[in-house]
Amino acid sequence: MADLTSNFVGIKSPNPFWLASAPPTDKEYNVRRAFEAGWGGVVWKTLGSEGPPIVNVNGPRYGVVHGADRRVLGLNNIELITDRDLFKNLDEIKRVKKDYPDRAIVVSIMVPCEEEAWKTILPLVEETGADGIELNFGCPHGMAERGMGSAVGQVPEYVEMVTSWCKKYYSKPVIVKLTPNISDIRKPAAAAQAGGADAVSLINTISSIISVDLDVMAPNPTIDGKGTHGGYCGPAVKPIAMNMVAEIARNPETANLPISGIGGITSWRDAAEYMVLGCGNVQVCTAAMTYGFKIVQEMISGLSQWMDEKGYASTEDFVRQAVPNVTDWQYLNLNYVSKASINQDDCISCGRCYAACEDTSHQAISMTEDRKFSVIDAECVACNLCVEVCPVENCITMVQQEPGIIDPRTNKVVEEKHGDWTTHPNNPSVFAAE
Amino acid sequence: MAHSISSSGIVSGRLDDDLLNKNFEDLHAPLSNHEALVASDRCYFCHDAPCMTACPTSIDIPLFIRQIATGTTDASAKTILSQNILGGMCARVCPTETLCEEACVREVSEGKPVEIGRLQRFATDNLMAKNIHPFSRDSNSGKKVAVIGAGPAGLACAHKLATLGHEITIYEAREKGGGLNEFGIAAYKSIDNFAQKELDWLLSIGGIKIEYGKEIGSEINLDQLQSDYDAIFIGMGLSGVNSLRCEGEDLQNVNDAVSFISDLRQADSFSNVKVGRNVVVIGGGMTAVDAAVQSKLLGAQNVSLVYRRGKEDMSASVYEQELATSKGVRIIYNATPLEITGNESLMDVKFGYTETIKSQLKQTGETFSLPANQVLKAIGQNLSNQSDTLKIIDGKINVNEHGQTNISNIWAGGDCAIGGDDLTVTAVAQGRDAAVHINTQLMK
Repeated sequence: MADLTSNFVGIKSPNPFWLASAPPTDKEYNVRRAFEAGWGGVVWKTLGSEGPPIVNVNGPRYGVVHGADRRVLGLNNIELITDRDLFKNLDEIKRVKKDYPDRAIVVSIMVPCEEEAWKTILPLVEETGADGIELNFGCPHGMAERGMGSAVGQVPEYVEMVTSWCKKYYSKPVIVKLTPNISDIRKPAAAAQAGGADAVSLINTISSIISVDLDVMAPNPTIDGKGTHGGYCGPAVKPIAMNMVAEIARNPETANLPISGIGGITSWRDAAEYMVLGCGNVQVCTAAMTYGFKIVQEMISGLSQWMDEKGYASTEDFVRQAVPNVTDWQYLNLNYVSKASINQDDCISCGRCYAACEDTSHQAISMTEDRKFSVIDAECVACNLCVEVCPVENCITMVQQEPGIIDPRTNKVVEEKHGDWTTHPNNPSVFAAE
Repeated sequence: MAHSISSSGIVSGRLDDDLLNKNFEDLHAPLSNHEALVASDRCYFCHDAPCMTACPTSIDIPLFIRQIATGTTDASAKTILSQNILGGMCARVCPTETLCEEACVREVSEGKPVEIGRLQRFATDNLMAKNIHPFSRDSNSGKKVAVIGAGPAGLACAHKLATLGHEITIYEAREKGGGLNEFGIAAYKSIDNFAQKELDWLLSIGGIKIEYGKEIGSEINLDQLQSDYDAIFIGMGLSGVNSLRCEGEDLQNVNDAVSFISDLRQADSFSNVKVGRNVVVIGGGMTAVDAAVQSKLLGAQNVSLVYRRGKEDMSASVYEQELATSKGVRIIYNATPLEITGNESLMDVKFGYTETIKSQLKQTGETFSLPANQVLKAIGQNLSNQSDTLKIIDGKINVNEHGQTNISNIWAGGDCAIGGDDLTVTAVAQGRDAAVHINTQLMK
């Protein structure tokens, strides 16, 4: 049986599945339920400065993009940081940590961008016995209007500055949570590293309007006829988040910076994908908010089974394994040729591959009177669209063309040796260099 | 409750009213909004969809289902009704298991087709409940068309012609319109007087007048209509009933299944409909199944459906056969009636077993008998009103691919014409297509 225990920047947890700083981790009651369900750790919902607590709207906070059967594909929220008293939160953190010493508790913090504010709150957090802190430089809604959250995360200099204050006034690991609402994620990651961060976590939510109420003529969720942009998360953001994770992981400057992966993780497979792209652990929110805390059981059993099947004894064995294979387009092998192939036994004759290829792609699928669909190799560019629109999994596959045979589309021999854009005769810079 | 299932003879009120009403509830309950969304989600939106090809009226099924899924049910209904103005009834009575749903790729891949029939009903019921008629008439063409028969073919033809601006008069032999939808279909497939509601809704297009109690050959004749109208469409169905051609067929309680069903449909209350303790239905089509199942639902103790060929030859679908057996009907295959003896209180129906040898149906020589208080014949109908001038082939009015008869200003469709499938949906398609051709001829 695979060992799922995790040691992320010195913070130990029985598995790499943490709940992200969000509504599910706002108070003791929920966190205890999460730990009882099996979660390895939590990042407590973001604390603000001492004083009158933050207020939230009293209308709807969430909106959703639904998929088939009302699956939650994307979730948008306009909730702010904790609206409960700072000291109540701190007391609860202390109590829960004492009762669950083997679980990770990291405290998310967002206070104004002034050294004094951080200097004040950090000793209070340190005193709870929590395992570390996460700096909320990510929330794109509400708090950003007050110069916090993503307003900080979008300025690398601020990221570095605040991180260094935290390292100065706090002894345990400091994780910097990054906003995706920025054009180059490597910049704030490098800034966090320069400020002394132990790790970065990403992504926070993406600025979004989830839908529009066409009767009220206002964005959802609508509060008394008005709406505002929220933060988008859930399965729909996973591709965006994984690219940002990979960008940091493969950037030589930040290659050694530990990463906690966040963004639409719903199953063990999602978690494994993030981890092979460079994440030491993962954080989950939308899946728990959709299905409840029990989903962690599938994540644990699934990751264990996969690790056993692959022969990975611990999570360190596979973390970053895919990073060397994330490259730039210019290095992709242009001599690699594949063709779509339709398994006639599995085909249900829906014709979606045909419609997609005929209308929008390369006219590389033929259709007979009796609805047999076949790939025309002389036209197929191996775009993969037919594979993805086919409702039957693995009915259409991409088959690599063996070197030496002639590609009927180009009438050229499929070459064995690698050949990419950097050496391609059509690349003007190849000749410029000569 | 005056009687019970074991009361002898042919009597009404074998079951109490509550049970009778429950027995004749909707065969398939309508989909709720949620169910419709879940069901519509399953459609793959196939290219050149097989379901659409399988539909005799070529309804754009993927499109109407997508319109339900995207919350535009009125548009969905319009998609359906633009191809099939009786889409509401067809959603109830079509043997979808042998048409669109059989062709559904999910039937092929999972054995569970998209519930096209129920989704169609969802869309059309919603529209009709709002009393929306989504079509309007072109400006008056000045042309007049006579339609004979207010059944599915005649109504579809009349509606289409009305939208094209023509003035239509329908001559209907009965006192009510709807044809087989009103008189010939099992009650549990068309509850709450749906056939009449649909008729009223259809007529709201305007430009269609129905004259009831006008039968061709009696109150009206073709020659007169030809001089009074620019074109004629005949959709009069089949009013004759085939005979068993066996001894005893003239006994009092040997009846036509179509009359039995018609009487049941027109009864004020199911408790007024008489049914035998032992009912023997002879035939293998939908009418036979409808008669047998409804006999059982009325409280007959024993109902046998006897068909002269094998299960696979039965024109009632496997689904219909299973419906019958699930309601307690006993189906006996490969038996042909030889003789009916007895009197009005009890008969004895003698059958000979059959087998098919080299595609010839032969009797094996073995016989058996069933006791019967009531025998219902459901072995097909024929064209009783034959005209001298219209060309008849195989007992049906001959028409070309446009539904045009040998007389250039007379068209025909539905069960009375060749090419019909004895289905409401086919009749609708023929009526509609004839209307399109009539229009092109009139507007030349």
